Amino acid sequence: MSRYILGRIASTGLVLVGVSALTFFIAHVVPGDPVLVALGEHAREDQIQAYRRAYGLDRPVVVQYVIYMGRLLRGDLGVSIRTRRPVAVDLRQFLPATVELGTAAWLVAMMLGIPAGILSAIFKDRAFDHLSRIAALIGASMPVFWLGLLLLGNFYFRLHWFPGPGRLDITIDAPPARTGLLLVDALLSADPIAWGNALRHLILPGLTLGLFSTAVVARMTRSAMLEVLYQDYIRTARAKGLSAWRVHLWHALRNAMIPTLTIIGISFGNLLSGAVLTETVFAWPGLGRYATTSAVSLDFPAVVGVTLVAAVIYTLVNLIVDLIYARLDPRVRYD
Amino acid sequence: MTDRPRIARRRSAATLRWLRRSPLVTAGGLVILLYMLAAITAPLLAPHSPLAQLLERRLGPPQPGYPLGLDQLGRDILSRVLFGARLSLLVGLVVVAVAGLLGTTVGVVAGFAGGRIDNVLMRITDVFFAFPSLILAMAIAAALGPSLINTMVAIAVVTWPVYARLSRAQTLVLRRQEFIEAARALGASDARVIARHILPNALSPLIVQASFNMGEAILIAAGLSFIGFGAQPPTPEWGVMISEGRDYITTQWWVPTFPGLAILLAVTGFNLAGDGLRDLLDPRLRRAG
Repeated sequence: MSRYILGRIASTGLVLVGVSALTFFIAHVVPGDPVLVALGEHAREDQIQAYRRAYGLDRPVVVQYVIYMGRLLRGDLGVSIRTRRPVAVDLRQFLPATVELGTAAWLVAMMLGIPAGILSAIFKDRAFDHLSRIAALIGASMPVFWLGLLLLGNFYFRLHWFPGPGRLDITIDAPPARTGLLLVDALLSADPIAWGNALRHLILPGLTLGLFSTAVVARMTRSAMLEVLYQDYIRTARAKGLSAWRVHLWHALRNAMIPTLTIIGISFGNLLSGAVLTETVFAWPGLGRYATTSAVSLDFPAVVGVTLVAAVIYTLVNLIVDLIYARLDPRVRYD
Repeated sequence: MTDRPRIARRRSAATLRWLRRSPLVTAGGLVILLYMLAAITAPLLAPHSPLAQLLERRLGPPQPGYPLGLDQLGRDILSRVLFGARLSLLVGLVVVAVAGLLGTTVGVVAGFAGGRIDNVLMRITDVFFAFPSLILAMAIAAALGPSLINTMVAIAVVTWPVYARLSRAQTLVLRRQEFIEAARALGASDARVIARHILPNALSPLIVQASFNMGEAILIAAGLSFIGFGAQPPTPEWGVMISEGRDYITTQWWVPTFPGLAILLAVTGFNLAGDGLRDLLDPRLRRAG
């Protein structure tokens, strides 16, 4: 087991070095001239030279990469061209909104996807199974940004059931920022009005972002359950005369949840990708919206910073999921 | 020898029977067929030019002559949706071709060579898997500059690793099979073994992946266009159309709704077909799935 954990951590370290190399490549090699990208076309010659020297761009690419790595390890992601602030500071400011949205979407996916998958497997080839599979298929094929527009148009503009874009109504004072997570901050400052408003603001974007993952989780849970339901020990449990519910929920689900766990890790990447589009539609001040506004204004250090941070978060989440998986399933070995 | 045609006939009859029993797969195939027909014959089917503006009738609702209505510049939405099908089909095909070729080459070489080469190639693949796809595609598209071709490059770069993993797994299984050993014993070169024996037998999961990849490519391309990368206005591209029409979602719902429906239908078709092909090509799943 410890061999597996060590191997998995080592390979994660290797992947992170690769991630930094790829982002370096995108930032420094792909654009024709990173200086022009950073300073704009109208930069003066002395500014260009100063920038080249400051960022080591006059040195060989390998040396540049070493400098870049050194800065990364110190948490220096460069300075945003648009906001004129260090990218790391910007990311710290925008990350909590994305964490809050991602958690809401993740909860939607788990609470809808897992029960749908279980029932689908139990009632295989019956009406519920067909309906749930069609719903999952449509959910997995839906353009997130279009769904967001439809929900916003109907449930905010037309019916006024939910509040509009943003994290809070403009008439409501934000609770003092401690964690950056509005729901947590409102709780900490005992502000039920802000808490309720923040929660209502979270529902539409949370549903929008969660739908795709719901579909994936439902499909995965269904197939994992089906796989388990045909095993001998389930037949034994049935033969012992246990009730159907006890067999399904106690014997089958426990084992079916193990493969479903990996999907939680993988769908996290979908959540981060989907957050870019969802946050754009709902004017949600998170990492995704920061990424798109930066990308549109060709703010390269910011775009690369978000890309790097997203990859690091995604990689670490998958590492944690794999370690939990190995703990739950002792057959897992590092090869 | 005499049994061969009979087996083939029996197999195709079984496939037909299976297709009849699986209406969803047939529906998926039909959707793809309709979509491809629409894309290919768009210039014939479209009642108007996708760029022609009729400003006095801008934002007009669906009506005779304009069955899906007119957009904010008085352009026929049906014609734009039809021409949009061409672009998304083009993106999908180019991405599948480039990503499929690159990924399969890497995967087969890794699986066949084994050892250090396998290790290095698979670690590189892992690095690409570490990025959320849309975010990496956006960074690449931003670095290359917004255009449809760059979008295709960016999507191919983020989707090739799946082909690499699949084809490597297939190659690892196949290279230990007896018929590969037999081919080698007969003096077949590595290239010949790969081209004539491994690739044809490794194709099934790759074809399934290609179907899913088409849907994925259409979704990512539309998403990139929606946020300002990829195709640029006034190109009749579905993501661009939704982005331009987003302000009219409540007042003139048809402007952003029909391009979105087109994306949903096309992607559903490819996902359905992918599911069906997977079941068809993997007999184990026919009972369980």
